[in-house]
Amino acid sequence: MTTRNLDIETVRHVAHLARLRISDEEAALYAAQLSKIVAYVDQLNEVDTSNVEPTAHPLPLMNVWREDNPTPSWTPQQALQNAPQSQNNFFRVPKVLDQESP
Amino acid sequence: MTTPLDIPVAEIAAGVRIGKLSALDIVSLALARVESLQPQLRAFISVDADRAMNLARKIDEQRAAGREIGALAGVPVAVKDNMCTTFGATTCGSKILAPFHAQEAAHVVDQLESAGAIVIGKTNLDEFAMGSSTENSAFFTTANPWDVSRVAGGSSGGSTAAVAARLIPGALGSDTGGSIREPASFCGIVGLKPTYGRVSRYGLVAYGSSLDQIGPIARTARDAALLLSVIAGHDPRDSTSANEPAPDYVAALDRPIRGLRIGVSEEYFGAGLNHEVQATVRAAIAAIESQGATVLPIHLPHMKYGIACYYLIATAEASSNLARFDGVHYGHRTPRPADIIDLYSSTRGEGFGAEVKRRIMLGTFALSSGYYDAYYLKALKVRTLIKSDFESAFRDVDVIASPVAPTIAFPIGEKSDDPLAMYLADIYTVSANLAGIPAISIPCGFDASGLPVGMQLMGNYFAEDRLLNIAHQYQQVTDWHNHMPALG
Repeated sequence: MTTRNLDIETVRHVAHLARLRISDEEAALYAAQLSKIVAYVDQLNEVDTSNVEPTAHPLPLMNVWREDNPTPSWTPQQALQNAPQSQNNFFRVPKVLDQESP
Repeated sequence: MTTPLDIPVAEIAAGVRIGKLSALDIVSLALARVESLQPQLRAFISVDADRAMNLARKIDEQRAAGREIGALAGVPVAVKDNMCTTFGATTCGSKILAPFHAQEAAHVVDQLESAGAIVIGKTNLDEFAMGSSTENSAFFTTANPWDVSRVAGGSSGGSTAAVAARLIPGALGSDTGGSIREPASFCGIVGLKPTYGRVSRYGLVAYGSSLDQIGPIARTARDAALLLSVIAGHDPRDSTSANEPAPDYVAALDRPIRGLRIGVSEEYFGAGLNHEVQATVRAAIAAIESQGATVLPIHLPHMKYGIACYYLIATAEASSNLARFDGVHYGHRTPRPADIIDLYSSTRGEGFGAEVKRRIMLGTFALSSGYYDAYYLKALKVRTLIKSDFESAFRDVDVIASPVAPTIAFPIGEKSDDPLAMYLADIYTVSANLAGIPAISIPCGFDASGLPVGMQLMGNYFAEDRLLNIAHQYQQVTDWHNHMPALG
């Protein structure tokens, strides 16, 4: 039930998980703002949910099946039309292998 | 003087059908009005005038040739710029998507244009629909037509300002936690969030996938019904789209409301509610009662946890949905990435605005190892309780009436440095999204300074016809929807 303070280190960790580069000023600002928001959402701890099932979706979800018939799809050119960089019908990115993750 | 833009969707379509109005004239009028008021209102992100006029010419030609034209033929409309169109760009009010040109139009855009409506442009929004004022748009803030120093509300503020200022008679917005209803209330018009799954989300850029719904924005309940009839229904391309036929929403408008049970929960009239909003909404409920409905007290004990629950679930879903904006597939890419991780992180750091980053981080935190049970899972359990509260209430009443927002439209800049204060603008609207039920915002008066106040009606699953019916009957005995902001 304690209010969790999001320190700058936690904010930096979360930003890394979310792949968001943030400046030192942003980290300090978000630490203050997110702490306030997390303190607010901590009021959910007042609610007894010990025998309550979670609801991830408002309506009953079920698998939706369709016949496996071929239908027209995009050409590689269409799929790549918005790509910032592409090469030989692929999305181009910096080298991924032989590299330590930070 | 009345211009064709002052008349409702239904009358424009009827006028075009019998040749009394020309689609080209109406669309030209709308385009001219959009252009002349854009400096004051900033309702639109983009307008495609040539395309709109070509479509209008075609409709006039088809009619002259005696061919069948659609139910909305010649009606100029706009969609929020988080719905994909094959013309122009789709920006979501973000720098990270520039430039993005969709390969396919959103289902709702296809539906509107198949019915003959003409989408003249894309309206402003908070970046990725995250906000309650459009101040989070990467481009500009939309002004409220009733007082241009105030916000239009958000996130669908561009659509609601455009309809309130009579630039266009109808528009679409999307609503994840109140983003159709709150700006409709602030702008003095009708906005409907349908039942989750009632309208296909295909081509709507996702924010919170278990909460998002597209809905109509118009000046009258009749026009909202007409628009909903065109966009509602099953779409195999959205697997969460409800596989049941949509009723005739227009035909349901004229049903009597005598004997209907209206639930009122004091949880919606507590601390934080502006007293003029409170008095105005209570008077509106009394007006519905005097039309023969019965008002009954109900209790929604978990409503007060709505904001906490919503901002954990919506941001968790957003943190996952927005992972796709990575500088690889579309949009902005950082110019000189050191490596693949830097490509992702710098692209996202440069491309997203402050509120989007804040929500991605809150959601990532709620889902992260060590915090998942305490935050995300806890919120999902409280969501069950909020949903059960509604299920119990709808055993006793047909609809629930409440304010839409705790205040009238606030001044631009008032809450922009205080995210939590901004979140609380959604206190009365988020529960309907969490439960998945439909809810409508109806103009029900003005405060002493002349700013509009909205009443919210929430209904049981798939009871859009009932909400529109009551809203329409209320509009038969009131004229709030005929008031017009004093703009050039």
